[in-house]
Amino acid sequence: MTVARDSPSPAVPPIDDPSAPGPLTGIKILELASEWTAFAGKVMADLGAEVVLVEPLGGSPLRRYEPFLEGVAGPDRSLWWWHYQTSKLGVELADDDPRLGELAAHAEVLLTDAPLRTDGLHRDDLIHVTITPFGRGNPRDGEPATDLTILAGGGPVWNCGYDDHSLPPVRGAGNQALHTVGLHAVAATLVAVLHQRRTGEGQRVDLSAHAAANVTTEAGSYEWLVAKSTVQRQTGRHAAVNPSTATTAYDNRGRPVNTGFPPRSVAEFRAVREWLDTLGLTDQHLEAFFLDLAIERGGVHLSELSVIPEAMAMFGAGRDALLLIAATLTDHEFFVGGQQRGLAVGVINAPEDIVADAHFQERGAIVPVHHDDLDRSFLYLGAPIAFSRSPWRISRRAPRLGEHQDTNW
Amino acid sequence: MALEHIRICDFTGQLAGAGATRYLAAYGAEVFRIEDPVTKGMWDILRAVPPYVDDRRGVDFGGAYNNHNVGKEGITLNLRTDRAREILAELIAKSDVVSENFATGVMAGFGFTYERMKELRPDIIYVSNCGFGHRGPYRKFKTWGPIVQAVCGLTYTSGLPNQPPAGWGFSYMDHHGGNWMAIAILAALIHRERTGEGQWVDMACTDAGAHMLGPMMLEHTANGRVFRSNDQHSTHSDSPRMAPHNIYASAGTDDWVAIACRDDGDWKALAGVIGIAPDDERFATVTARKENEGELDDVVAQWCVVRDKFSAAAALIAVGVPASPVQKPEERIDHDIGTSEWGLWPTVEHAAMGSVRVDGLPAKLSKTPWSMTRGGPVLSADTETVLGRVLGYSPEQVTALREAGVV
Repeated sequence: MTVARDSPSPAVPPIDDPSAPGPLTGIKILELASEWTAFAGKVMADLGAEVVLVEPLGGSPLRRYEPFLEGVAGPDRSLWWWHYQTSKLGVELADDDPRLGELAAHAEVLLTDAPLRTDGLHRDDLIHVTITPFGRGNPRDGEPATDLTILAGGGPVWNCGYDDHSLPPVRGAGNQALHTVGLHAVAATLVAVLHQRRTGEGQRVDLSAHAAANVTTEAGSYEWLVAKSTVQRQTGRHAAVNPSTATTAYDNRGRPVNTGFPPRSVAEFRAVREWLDTLGLTDQHLEAFFLDLAIERGGVHLSELSVIPEAMAMFGAGRDALLLIAATLTDHEFFVGGQQRGLAVGVINAPEDIVADAHFQERGAIVPVHHDDLDRSFLYLGAPIAFSRSPWRISRRAPRLGEHQDTNW
Repeated sequence: MALEHIRICDFTGQLAGAGATRYLAAYGAEVFRIEDPVTKGMWDILRAVPPYVDDRRGVDFGGAYNNHNVGKEGITLNLRTDRAREILAELIAKSDVVSENFATGVMAGFGFTYERMKELRPDIIYVSNCGFGHRGPYRKFKTWGPIVQAVCGLTYTSGLPNQPPAGWGFSYMDHHGGNWMAIAILAALIHRERTGEGQWVDMACTDAGAHMLGPMMLEHTANGRVFRSNDQHSTHSDSPRMAPHNIYASAGTDDWVAIACRDDGDWKALAGVIGIAPDDERFATVTARKENEGELDDVVAQWCVVRDKFSAAAALIAVGVPASPVQKPEERIDHDIGTSEWGLWPTVEHAAMGSVRVDGLPAKLSKTPWSMTRGGPVLSADTETVLGRVLGYSPEQVTALREAGVV
């Protein structure tokens, strides 16, 4: 819909009380520690649910996941553990400890990777969420799997890599198979909670990481489903059936930037034209006249590219202009300068750049978390979503082994 | 169905927004998607772009649009007119949720600030989702999935050493923008049940994307790791505790197999399959394997390159080692029992396209399962139905509104 760019934009109403309870306050979740459940449990705990994390005697093997604080191993030094177990309470229980049943009896949600010993804990009003690589009862249930193999078998890896197909396709970093199924687990759990609140009825909620990856490939799946076409990976841009031109440009230090979607609207073509002029680069753009043509004809639409040759030339001229401009600026100057002109271009930040960026700081996307045991605070990834009345919050650091052993519901 | 009591007044588009309400519609929520009759809904660029089921083209034949909007009804309102804005006010008053992923200020530009919506429905849940949110220095900036991924760090951390960032090869954060937005709506509904309060949830897709970096952020803030060392990134297949842990070429054209050796037990099993002495001191412990990872990768690569990717993976899985072919779309959609037995690719009926397969959901709820049977909406096809059902408008009234350019 067409709306003036300078429409009023009132800020989100201030949160009345930053310590106000999160949206999932009052939901009791019993989680049996597993790498498959960790992210879902963290998200719900940071949203205010009371999550009790059960570890086996001696501690969860996840405490031995690298990286470690200062590179030194120790049960309370795993940064993997720190990140994924925030806001949870920790108890240490033997497999046959009757307290597991006592805690489960008062839990609204049981979150596990489906060990057999939890089957006896089911009851009619319990929401029993299981996250496994292939789903319970699936013919592939039981196959060994990791984040890497799930992303490889499930589609994302096929999409990702370089124009040069002698280079291997790429698995994106950051445990994204765990995140992908984890987000689906959170959403499905909340659906079940709403149903339970309305009817009193619990249910089993079964998640498959393989299925989750398979429906997280965008065109990779729907090109095949709709047209039996196969996308091919391309450097720094969407895998596609038909090759597209480059979107990665390089700044004046050789750092990559993302030129985004090339100009399509008249306003975008005008902005690029003006930016070229401002930087004195118009003469260096061999086909700047296509920018003027695009302005005269009212822009181009994506659906025209395959049927009107001139439209493709205009589209390409816009992209070439952005490549030229990027090479004269720093990556951040290109990002801010383009965006201030209404062009959706991007800076390719490394993780350390996030910490210094005013956007993430102002929005609380990076927050300090105090580790009383170390008498230090560390910056963590903060709110993924800003609720105005029930804020997301890391309520405590990850638990030490057995730290909340006396928890009793 | 679990969400059949929830009504959503929906402006979301593309995938980062449309994916959220698609999810809720699959569990029974009443979602009516509002589009602009003047531009024929083309604010959503996916309405008319490939893939297509056949030779027909136009705003009702975009395959991606159908995929992302299954289960929704489609209405049109020309919000340039006062009458359409009155109708929208009536709809909001009877809705639980207003959802949108416009650029900052667009809804306010229509005259529908959160304060206005709250006047219409005191416990309304308003969820906005744009690249940088409605607060902060970049609030007026615009994004697509690849820009979100670039700014939030996900693009940089996906690539091979000594190569530029590969990015993700698709709008990964469009998928998860939709998923986080669905979670925002569901969590706000749960909060409303407990307190009676609605609220505005201001989602910035870049914030949600940064949240997906996982422990990498702590590696920087706690340990000082700088990922942009020498302007090279090296996070591909990066696992400090697993080796081998990589993607290897196999026999065939652009065929590859992924192998993850979790521990020494996996290594002994793997070594047995590929014909290496398990006590070979170069590789016997994870420390040794990490120290000699280049040599180790060469050994594994030699074994893989002469083997079919499925056979290679099966041989390793048989001895308990995680492995998988890098599956092409046809392989994982049409020939993988892991997805077909799940029922992951339901067929929906689209009023113009006919029968089309779409993405399903990776969760099975035993009492309130998801369902997808209806395709995405043909432009304005449900205007009469929705205005009649929700607001009590007669067909004649809707016809008059259509003739007046209001709907």
